[in-house]
Amino acid sequence: MTAPLLNVRGVETYYGNIRALNGVDVEVHRGEIVSLIGANGAGKSTLMMTIFGKPQARTGSINFEGQDITRLPTHEIARLRIAQSPEGRRIFPRMTVLENLQMGASLDDLKHFKEDVEKVFTLFPRLKERQAQRGGTLSGGEQQMLSIGRALMARPKLLLLDEPSLGLAPLIVKGIFDAIKKLNKQEGLTVFLVEQNAFGALKLSDRGYVLVNGRVTMSGTGKDLLANPEVRAAYLEGGRH
Amino acid sequence: MANVASTTASAGSELTARALREAVFSGLITLGLFVLFVGLKSDQNIRNELILNQRWSLLAIFVVVAMVGRFLMVAYAQPWLAQRKAVKAAAPEVAKEESFFSRNFSKIAILALVLYPPVIIALFGVQGSLKWVDNFGVQILIYVMLAWGLNIVVGLAGLLDLGYVAFYAVGAYSYALLSSYFGLSFWVLLPVAGLLAACWGVVLGFPVLRLRGDYLAIVTLAFGEIIRLVLINWTEVTKGTFGVSGIAKATLFGIKFDASKDGFAALMGLPLSSAYYKIFLFYLILGLALLTAFVTIRLRRMPVGRAWEALREDEIACRSLGINTTTTKLTAFATGAMFGGFAGSFFAVRQGFVSPESFVFLESAVILAIVVLGGMGSLTGIFVAAVVMIGGTEILRELTFLKMIFGPNFTPELYRMLIFGLAMVVVMVWKPRGFVGSREPTAFLRERKAVSGSFTKEGHG
Repeated sequence: MTAPLLNVRGVETYYGNIRALNGVDVEVHRGEIVSLIGANGAGKSTLMMTIFGKPQARTGSINFEGQDITRLPTHEIARLRIAQSPEGRRIFPRMTVLENLQMGASLDDLKHFKEDVEKVFTLFPRLKERQAQRGGTLSGGEQQMLSIGRALMARPKLLLLDEPSLGLAPLIVKGIFDAIKKLNKQEGLTVFLVEQNAFGALKLSDRGYVLVNGRVTMSGTGKDLLANPEVRAAYLEGGRH
Repeated sequence: MANVASTTASAGSELTARALREAVFSGLITLGLFVLFVGLKSDQNIRNELILNQRWSLLAIFVVVAMVGRFLMVAYAQPWLAQRKAVKAAAPEVAKEESFFSRNFSKIAILALVLYPPVIIALFGVQGSLKWVDNFGVQILIYVMLAWGLNIVVGLAGLLDLGYVAFYAVGAYSYALLSSYFGLSFWVLLPVAGLLAACWGVVLGFPVLRLRGDYLAIVTLAFGEIIRLVLINWTEVTKGTFGVSGIAKATLFGIKFDASKDGFAALMGLPLSSAYYKIFLFYLILGLALLTAFVTIRLRRMPVGRAWEALREDEIACRSLGINTTTTKLTAFATGAMFGGFAGSFFAVRQGFVSPESFVFLESAVILAIVVLGGMGSLTGIFVAAVVMIGGTEILRELTFLKMIFGPNFTPELYRMLIFGLAMVVVMVWKPRGFVGSREPTAFLRERKAVSGSFTKEGHG
């Protein structure tokens, strides 16, 4: 296999004196969907934020396309074409849907704005209907679509999704997962997904990691993890009802 | 409250009883609040002894006014308002075509401002126009410009700045000192003053990059005070509290506004009057204010302006979209400060005198109040707010007939801040997002639509 697109090696992240990540190794290869599952407080979002340089890893290294990004400031990491749909979506509430998408395209100074907006609108037709509406007036699902759409506007090489299913109805979650799958299949987009919804995430993914107390305890293909009795016991039984 | 329209007799008497009860309560509260403020007054008698004057009748007036006011409010005003609301809710929503006036408000307003001096001269004569052009026109436009400048920092970038007057002071002193020490002209020093103020904007910006909201407000407040205190204490250069006087006037393409042979009046064959200079200043500040508005409108459509607005909404999201929040904040501070500097040098040239007295915290507060009342981010709203607030305080000076009612010692402008505060409370109760709460979107594929402010809570953008 070629060198991974994103390579996280032995990363430890602290909040003050509290260690949130305890030597995490994760690899994401081009064209893959990789998911990271784990319980509340396992450090999933911390890993996501550490990749984006806030907070920075105290030890270990993060490489993207062979470049060390461990100590880069967030906005410079984003300029390497890593896009993120952050936890809690973080759309701009007072700006319209279209303006939100515009912000996503600011890296290239809107050179291919029209073209990319059409792509996002094809992927999420709901956003087209709501294009002149304020981001804050959208429903949760629509906001999630907008958040992903905004990330896609930067033409990312790697898309990080932090709990896209958070607080959404199952049908909408399915729609969003389908959209992610479609992006991966059609555009070859590499996706790194952090999820509590382990079943949905693993079904979607090529590979998966299980994070427990800031440490990766298991990894494998999505199928293997789904079939793994420990994973089933910890994250799936009860979760599927 | 929806069925107030069909009030029965019993409900009516119940309402009266409630109104009476609340009137008594508010009377008691007023009594408690004002007994020490109004009822008693410490004074000195002839022998310099401290004595207490008792003013029970005045206190009684306060209490009665509060009681009657509350009674009328509960018994009549509230039912009437509720009824109106019910009628409005029952009426079907009619898609209202915007009137010609509201669609073209800005164009009409600019035209009116350009025509303002000639119209005033026609009405009051050259000498009579002085007061109207200077006190109302120039004074209001200075605040319009300052508020538009502050709007870039507070309204667009969402950085609460309580020390904006510092940049105004930097601009004013830049012109005053550089012109009196080096004899440079206004037109040379105007950009210089803007630049210096922008530099100070960056200087303020650096230490507060990590701060937001209340913390930022405190530091900017301190910054404003530091600048003022430096101006007071650096006496060798700034002449301290005496201020700098005899500041050179501005010229129009080298033509001076004075009594000399090649002065403006002589050249134009007009009788000598200071009104021409004031009218010139009026157009100058109008031009500067319009420049501020133009730049703001253009910047909003450019990457940096969009980044400011996004920064106001969500800083973390901004960073993850590759926006350098450091430079974005600094440009907001610098741009806002630059317009403050322009306004400051205009202020110096208009007054011919600057002293630290003019740059107290109250000025910052007034400018910020105008921005908030106008509706953060809306140029039209801010303009209206400045006209109402500054024009209103100027009008207070004119209300001399009140002396006939309250006696010859009554000076209405002393009540300026009271009315100012009252007006703010009223506006914030009725229009919590300011006069113009909607913002114009900057991205369109086909048609443009104003985005109403009423759908999101205050504080959420």
